[in-house]
Amino acid sequence: MKVAVLKGGRSLERGVSLRSGARVEDALDRLGHEVVPIDAGADLVKRLRAERPDVAFVAMHGAGGEDGTVQELLELLGIPFTGPGAAACARSIDKVLAKAAMRAAAIPTPDSFAFTQTAFRDLGAADALGDLEGTLGFPLVVKPSRGGSSLGVKFAGAPSEVPGALVAAFSYDDRVMLERFVSGRELAVSVLGSEPLPIVEAIPAEGDPYDFEARYEIGRTHFVCPADLSPTERAAVTDAALATCQALGCEGFARVDLILAADGPWVLEANAIPGLTDTSLLPQAAEAAGMSFENLVEQILHLAMAPSGVS
Amino acid sequence: MTEVPQPPHKRRAHTSTRDLERYAGLFAERTTVMRSSAMRDLMAVTARPEVISLAGGLPDTSTFPPQSFAAQMTKIAQESAAAALQYGPTEGFDETKDCIVEVMAAEGMLPDPDDICITTGGQQAIDLVTKTLVDPGDVVICEAPTYPGAVPVFCSYQADVRQIEIDDDGMRIDLLEELLEELRAEGRRPKFVYTVPTFQNPAGVTLSLERRARLVELARLHELLVVEDNPYGMLRYGGEALPPLYQLDGGDFVIYLGTFSKILSPGIRLGWAVAPPPVLEKIVLGKGAADLCTSTLTQFFVRQYFAEGGWRRYVEDLVELYKGRRDTMLEALTEHFPAAATWTEPAGGLFIWATLPDYIDTGDLLAKALRSDVAFVPGTAAYVDERGKNSMRLNFSGVTDAEIREGIKRIGRVIKEQVDLYETLAPSQGSAADALAGSPKSEPGTPGREAEDVPVDSVVVPFRQTGRQ
Repeated sequence: MKVAVLKGGRSLERGVSLRSGARVEDALDRLGHEVVPIDAGADLVKRLRAERPDVAFVAMHGAGGEDGTVQELLELLGIPFTGPGAAACARSIDKVLAKAAMRAAAIPTPDSFAFTQTAFRDLGAADALGDLEGTLGFPLVVKPSRGGSSLGVKFAGAPSEVPGALVAAFSYDDRVMLERFVSGRELAVSVLGSEPLPIVEAIPAEGDPYDFEARYEIGRTHFVCPADLSPTERAAVTDAALATCQALGCEGFARVDLILAADGPWVLEANAIPGLTDTSLLPQAAEAAGMSFENLVEQILHLAMAPSGVS
Repeated sequence: MTEVPQPPHKRRAHTSTRDLERYAGLFAERTTVMRSSAMRDLMAVTARPEVISLAGGLPDTSTFPPQSFAAQMTKIAQESAAAALQYGPTEGFDETKDCIVEVMAAEGMLPDPDDICITTGGQQAIDLVTKTLVDPGDVVICEAPTYPGAVPVFCSYQADVRQIEIDDDGMRIDLLEELLEELRAEGRRPKFVYTVPTFQNPAGVTLSLERRARLVELARLHELLVVEDNPYGMLRYGGEALPPLYQLDGGDFVIYLGTFSKILSPGIRLGWAVAPPPVLEKIVLGKGAADLCTSTLTQFFVRQYFAEGGWRRYVEDLVELYKGRRDTMLEALTEHFPAAATWTEPAGGLFIWATLPDYIDTGDLLAKALRSDVAFVPGTAAYVDERGKNSMRLNFSGVTDAEIREGIKRIGRVIKEQVDLYETLAPSQGSAADALAGSPKSEPGTPGREAEDVPVDSVVVPFRQTGRQ
């Protein structure tokens, strides 16, 4: 099969995407497919038209690749592609939209408020920040609404830290979310088609639990897969993850990040195009399920060619 | 976009989670301090062709005449191909050392060629000195901020890095003295003080003569080594040259590091270390273990180039070019950076260090700036701790005047957006007074300061006071 691997692009997560893409290309090559690597740029449509691939493997993260833009183009060009469709991508990458969908489906997700820059500039939203103490409480988490990995995510331990955290988050997006901080075990559930893979737990190896950057580094975070959970806990976490995929319309594959607190699981977000690098969680989960990276890539391709097995 | 051709039949086995754990179990302790991060990934984006990058530390190699390069390499090929393609002595060729002596003499130093070890760029000189002197946990002292490229070196040898604040006159030697006393009380002896005393990277400031003298005195008193890294000394755009520490000390307690990167080419990877003989001996042994010898070919090239006698003229041309670019950047900063920003006004070198209100994190600002296709180095790269968050390093040597103007305009715009936003969010806190808190500057708002005490090499001035010196 002729497979175009779409990677890179202009997103801030270009580096991760190039690594995901390279690894996928390698696997496709080993599987005997004809691989066409494409660094997504201004000539993307021209190249896709010229190459006429049977399927596109989307290995892009962040803006452009994970927000539905590339998916919309591929739908228009009639090229089957891996991962969720344009609408599901657009919903998943936007934490505010995703939260609304989760709430509508009665999925437990931490309380939050979202603001645009306009709200502060034109509507005096700053005057409402004082109310956060009584609603979300402190510490709270400030995140850009759209954005991946840890970029722009800050903890605010006190009201005085909120403005700085907002300025940081607004560097990445025009809308930010303030979210109640839930303390608990950090879990990730990868879903392939409609099947949950073994759950990964991320355990910070050292120091500051508020250091988001540490989570993406070998040595600073220890990953356990399958996570050591009771059958009841496992069922609750898996159910929440599957319900999230369904609520967001994620087909193909996705990764749902949750916190398992004393009172049960809380869904933070879903990643429509989870990382596929050597250190990413989805490949680790697949491996724990006895699936090699090649198997995983083959499965993802298979789902792209024969979609709608999932509701 | 063109694709890099892939090697056929790439067959690297995949790394599984088990492999990762296995490798992780084999990693040396020192690798835990070698960190990758999301921010590093962000820097990958700065390499996109549409990005105006003020992040590099690049000299403008387009100014080197290609015909001259071709002629010299041809001559080497015709006259000494076999030797130029062979290994050479670990410490470097005597003839190349003569060129180094010539460069150092131009700055007033008279080193013994036997005290010189030629290295693969100045970076290797920093590595070899640290390798020679530092055991895990040993104290290394440097400036705050320090050369970002030195941070990973010190960390990989597991040094206990202590950074001393700087002001317009370079490293605060009074603070250094306090630290030395503190360490003495603890029974600890620092191994060396690393400093870029002239046109410092990243801050652009220069250590005053008085402080130079005191630093050399302290080195003798405490019997500690000073590592003087001087890549930029010859790139002076105004004022009088100050004597290098090596000259003041005579080479007893000062290890001198030099490089051809900024006066000729970084691509030839030629630097050097000048050290007292016992130290040099160990450095040479360390170098032998690292890479046997520095590129023979490029050492031949330097000899050939120096034999023509035009190297000083080329440096003068570079000075002319970079001086213009520095002026362009300073003008652009005055025009486009907000009132709350301060910056250094270097009399040489390649960098300007700008400091923003303390609520702005320049790492996040970089993400925003990249959306406008412009990049700089966030200040945290120059510290081993959390300091430098609201500062940035701006390079003016590797970009054209037009790019400098446009780049600074774009950065100014994103800063202004953040300042405006913060003032909306925290009206009582975002005032200009608060915004003036920053790193390398001494009372920038003090009236009359410029008139009574204009440092020779650098002055940090707030907006609207900025002017030609």
